[in-house]
Order: sequence, then structure tokens, then C-alpha cells
Amino acid sequence: MGNLVSKLSLSRRDLLLLLAFGAAVLLMPLWLSPFGAAYPDLLQKFVIYAIFAVGFNLLFGLTGYLSFGHAAFLGAGSYAAVWSFKLLSMDALPALIFAVAISGIFALVIGYLSLRRSGIYFSILTLAFAQMSYNLAYSVLTPITNGETGLQLALDDPRVLDRALGPQPEGLPVPHLLGLELTGYTGFFFCALVLILAFYITVKIFSSPFGLMLRAIKSNQNRMGYMGFDTKPYALTVFVISGMFAGLAGALLAITDPLAGAERMQWTASGEVVLMTILGGVGTLVGPALGAVVIKYFENIFSAFNDQILSNAFAFVPEGLRETVVAIVGKFVGEGWHLTLGLIFVLVVVFLPGGIMEGIRRIMSLFRRAQRPAKGAPARIQPAE
Amino acid sequence: MFDAILLQFLNGLDKGGAYALIALGLTLVFGTLGVVNFAHGALFMLGAFCAVAFRQILTLETVTIDPTQLNPWGQPLEIRTPLVQGWFGDFGAVLVDWSVPVSILLAIPVMALLGIAFERGLIKHFYKRPHAEQILVTFGLAIVLQEIVKSVFGANPIPQPMPAALQGAADIGALIGLTPGVITYPLWRLVYFLFSLGIIGGVFAFLRFTTFGMVVRAGMADRETVGLLGINISRRFTFMFGLASVVAGLAGVMYTPLLPPNYHLGMDFLVLSFVVVVVGGMGSLPGAVAAGFLLGILQSFASMTEVKAIVPGIDQIIIYLVAVVILLVRPRGLLGRRGVMEA
Repeated sequence: MGNLVSKLSLSRRDLLLLLAFGAAVLLMPLWLSPFGAAYPDLLQKFVIYAIFAVGFNLLFGLTGYLSFGHAAFLGAGSYAAVWSFKLLSMDALPALIFAVAISGIFALVIGYLSLRRSGIYFSILTLAFAQMSYNLAYSVLTPITNGETGLQLALDDPRVLDRALGPQPEGLPVPHLLGLELTGYTGFFFCALVLILAFYITVKIFSSPFGLMLRAIKSNQNRMGYMGFDTKPYALTVFVISGMFAGLAGALLAITDPLAGAERMQWTASGEVVLMTILGGVGTLVGPALGAVVIKYFENIFSAFNDQILSNAFAFVPEGLRETVVAIVGKFVGEGWHLTLGLIFVLVVVFLPGGIMEGIRRIMSLFRRAQRPAKGAPARIQPAE
Repeated sequence: MFDAILLQFLNGLDKGGAYALIALGLTLVFGTLGVVNFAHGALFMLGAFCAVAFRQILTLETVTIDPTQLNPWGQPLEIRTPLVQGWFGDFGAVLVDWSVPVSILLAIPVMALLGIAFERGLIKHFYKRPHAEQILVTFGLAIVLQEIVKSVFGANPIPQPMPAALQGAADIGALIGLTPGVITYPLWRLVYFLFSLGIIGGVFAFLRFTTFGMVVRAGMADRETVGLLGINISRRFTFMFGLASVVAGLAGVMYTPLLPPNYHLGMDFLVLSFVVVVVGGMGSLPGAVAAGFLLGILQSFASMTEVKAIVPGIDQIIIYLVAVVILLVRPRGLLGRRGVMEA
């Protein structure tokens, strides 16, 4: 028993980080309300995409393998969770377990094949697999995925376990956890707890010998080979774990809104998680989660802007000029928010390859420089060679 | 059966031509500058929108109201005449009819300038940085470009008519002595195929038979030595980026009558053409061209009903499947050189 406790415990620094992270996540409804983001739907999205990005970072941040097909696992998790709702029960636990298992197996197959190459070939292989899954989900696999309509709950679903336990209520059921309906804030707190658990696992991996091995793969895979380590099993393990995180996020998406569509597998979705991770900070613990929140926040806020809101915001600009200003700014918000995202992304990659976390570190070191000279070079994104 | 096979073969040629042109540009950029350019599909898309913009300019109209005639709703008839038709008469009408091929004249300088601007302004700073960062920055650039196009031209596909003279179909079957009317092939597709052959031939001839091309090839083989000989190789490579951008743009211009362009056209083609480059072999120009046509034709065969009956859904995934097999079995691609990006 003592052995187990010592295995699950964290170093003092990691424990503090985990506590701070947990508190920040659970208190989101409080500290995000001044930003106008404290409503359950959006908060759920923050937390779910944070899980996705944290899992992606386990692979990309630690080993340097840039997967451009991670959305396939997100989609697989969503489909698996909805099928669990349809066939077994509306309870969230079987759905989560089922989704993680399916996406894990999926990741094992794709990872086994893709990891035989590295660098850009690995990126293209994962991209090819994800595109295949997406195209198949739209066409031949329609009996499983329900094609363009997307997989939905229906009144006449079997739900074997639920029906065995007692009569069913009228109408479409809502996902629940042991009887607790997962809607609104309950749903958010459930997702938040899953995120904290996922973050705990991530912290453990980062500080473990396994994590060290993964970092060694990133810095010099050849040397690892010369020293007699077979790196493949390690890379494959982290690929599968990362795929499971994506599946977990996909399942949570299905739990908060029981619907799964193929567009979750499209490569733009894979690109999005790359953006989140880079924006937040590759290879850092908190960065990807932060990136996910920032992107989802601005996506939500910016895309709600319209010309009316803009001309109110620019009320201080003189009358004749205002229309021009509104017209120009209007290209960057609302429908055009992706333009802003692309620009920010390019700027981050060019000037701040370490993302927001590097920005914070630079600012911190500016303050600290008064006492002692800054040390250490900024983290760079490295390819797997 | 022979007819059906020949027909599918022909159908694959024009799409294969587009793949080959895009992959050729990608390979040129990779071979010269060593940059993995995820924005190359966006250049194809920009080319297509050069054709759209050109047509929109050509068809700017004057509206005159003719009170002597009435339209079916009883209002005075509006007579719309494109300005060019007003200025040039019949020649203007011909210009509007042939707008897609003529817009090549607009696309060449625009694409060359854009390509050189991207290279000098952004990509230049990424030569020494890892491939992962090159992918990321060009991916960001691609998003920016497609969003700009979306905000200017809207999100819907904009169909471009082909010239009236080329709207028919060529009876290929009759030409080679088969029953007339069985194997017909739309003229514009034939034009596209020949056009792509012409461009590919032009690029190869340029690299093979000019001094400039020779220097570029030398630079591809050993950049450092060429630099030590006192040749400003980076300026030539910038020019090659411009050339690659023009090739992608022209491929886009001529493709518009076959597929109405929309803002994410580039991304759709990018993924496919990367696959083409990888299948052909990273850095191999003949490989890119051969793989382009090969995959176009394969895709066309995979969409035959007979094939789909045996392997359902094969038409959706054939290209990716080929890429996966090639990458796993022969990572340097069909015609790739040993040791180039072989990992």
C-alpha cells in the first residue's frame, strides 16, 4: 500500500502545480465571468479541448513527432461514446471507457504503421490515415457513422443496460453519471475533473523515467539506438496514450452534446489542435491547455462580433472615418475570425516559437534581470530525426 | 471493356495533370530551398481566383435603361453591356468568352510577385529552422491566404465558363478507329492535359537547356559549392520560388472551368499533392510528374463502378492508401534519390 502511495505521489513542485491548475480549472466560472465567458457550454469546450491539446502535447512536445491526423482519434472517441449511449446505457462511465478503448486500439494500429517513419513522413502518414478515416466515415462506413447527418440518439435505441434496470422516461434521455444529469454546470464540473485527472497523468509522465526517455527520442533518436535502447515501443506507447486522450476528449464532446459527425475527423480539426499547442507552448505542461482556452475563447467572442457591435466600439472615431475603420476591422472578426487566427499563428511561429509560455517566461526574466542575469535558452520546436 | 478502361485512363489525365503541376512546384521549392511548403495549395487556389477576378473585371457592366422596351414585369428594360464590349466591340465579346485562358496574362505577374514576396518576406527566415516549424509557418500562411480570399470573394464556389469553342467533346474513339461516339472526351479536359504537358515540358527544358537552369540544378545538388564559386544562388532560388508559384497559379487558372473554385480549394489539393510528392520521391522532379499522372489515373480507375463493387469506398481512399504503402515499403518514393529525406 505504501508502495502504491509513493508511486502515485508527486514531487513538491509538481503537486503545487497540479493544485494550482486544479483550482484554476474548477474556479473558471468565477474568474472567467469578467471576460463574459462563464457559461457552461463554452466552459465545457475550454476544458474538453484542453484535454485534447494536453494529450497532443504528450506526443509532439515530448517526442517531437508532429502528428497531423490527431482529429481521427477525437472523432473515433465521439462515435464510440454515442454508440455506447445507443447500445448500452446513457451513463457516462461506460461511454468514456468504451471511447478510450476504441481510440486506443485505433491509435495502436495507426501509430504502429506511422511510427516506422519520422519527420515530415510521419506527419504525412498520420495525415493520410486521418483523411482516409474521414472519407470513409462520410461514405462507406455510413451504417456506423450515419454519414453527413452525423450519429444521433434515437427513441428506439436498445440501451440494453438502462432498460434492464427499469422503465425508461419519455423522450430522448440525457447523458448522466450514476443518475446525475450531465447538463449545464454539472457537465462542466465533470469535464473539469476529467481534465484534472488527465493533467495529473501528464505531470506523472513528464517527471517519470518514461518521460525522460521520450525527451531523449526528441533530442537524438540515433544515439538512443546506439546505446541499445529500442525507441519504437516508447514512441508507440506515448502515441497510444495521446490518442486515448483525444478519444477521451471526443467522448466528452459526445457526453455534453450526444452527436458525432465526421467533420470532427477532418484535417482542419487536426490543424486546430496543433495551433492550440503551439500557441500555448510546445513541451510545457500548462501551455497547451492555455492555448486551447485562448483559441476557443477568441473563436467564440470574435465570431459573435458584427458591424453593429463594432461601430459601438469605435464610437470615439469621427463619423466619416468610422465606417472605414469598421469595414476594415470587420474583416478580422465575425466570419473572418480565422484570418486573425492565421495571422496570430504566423506571428507566434516567427517571433515566439515557444508560445504564450515562452512569452510569460521572457517577461518574468525581464523582471528578474534586476537581481541576476537571465539564464537558459528559450525552448525550440524540434523535429524528430 | 477496353472502351471503359481507355475512358477511365483519359479521365485520369486532366486531374493527373493538375496533381503533377502542383507537385512539380512543391518539389522545385523543396529541392531548391529545402522548405516544406504547406502554402503551395493556397497558391493554386490564388491562381484560380486570378481567373475569377479577371472575369469579374472584364464583365463590369454599364447599365442603360431603354424606355422604349419593356421587360416581362412591365418595367423599362435594362440593357447591360460589359465595358470592354463597349470599348472594343466584338473583340471585347471574344475577350469575355475567352476570359479563363486570357487571365493567364494576369496570373503570371501576380503569382510571380506574390511568390517572391512570400519567399523574401517570410519563408526566407525559415531555411535554418526545423521542418516542423516550416510546416507550421506555411500552414499559417495558407490559412491567412484562404481567409483573405474568403472575405473578398465569399465562401461559395464561383463557376467559370469555358470558351464556347471548347465546350464540346472530342471523339477520341473515332480518331483511333473505334466506333464513333463511344469514347468522347470533353475538349477542355484535353486542353488542360496538353496545357499541363506544355508547362511541365517548359520547366524541364528551362532547367535542362539554359545556363540559369544549369546553375539552379547545380545549386540543388550542392548549394554551398555553387555559392563558393561566387554565384548568388539565393537570388536564383528566390526566382525558382516565384516560378513554382506561377506554375501552381497557372494550374489553378486553367482548372477553374472543371471545378468551380472556392476558398478551400487549395487545402483540398494540398493534401493530395503532398501525397503525390511523397509517392514520386521527395526532391525528384520526374518522380513528382510521373506520380501525379499515375495517381490521377489510379483515382479515375478506382471510381469505376466495377471496382467499387469489389472494394467499396476504394475511390475515397485510393490515393492515401497508395501513399501509405509507398511510405512504408519504399520511403524514398518511386524515383527518389537514395539518401534524400530517407528516414
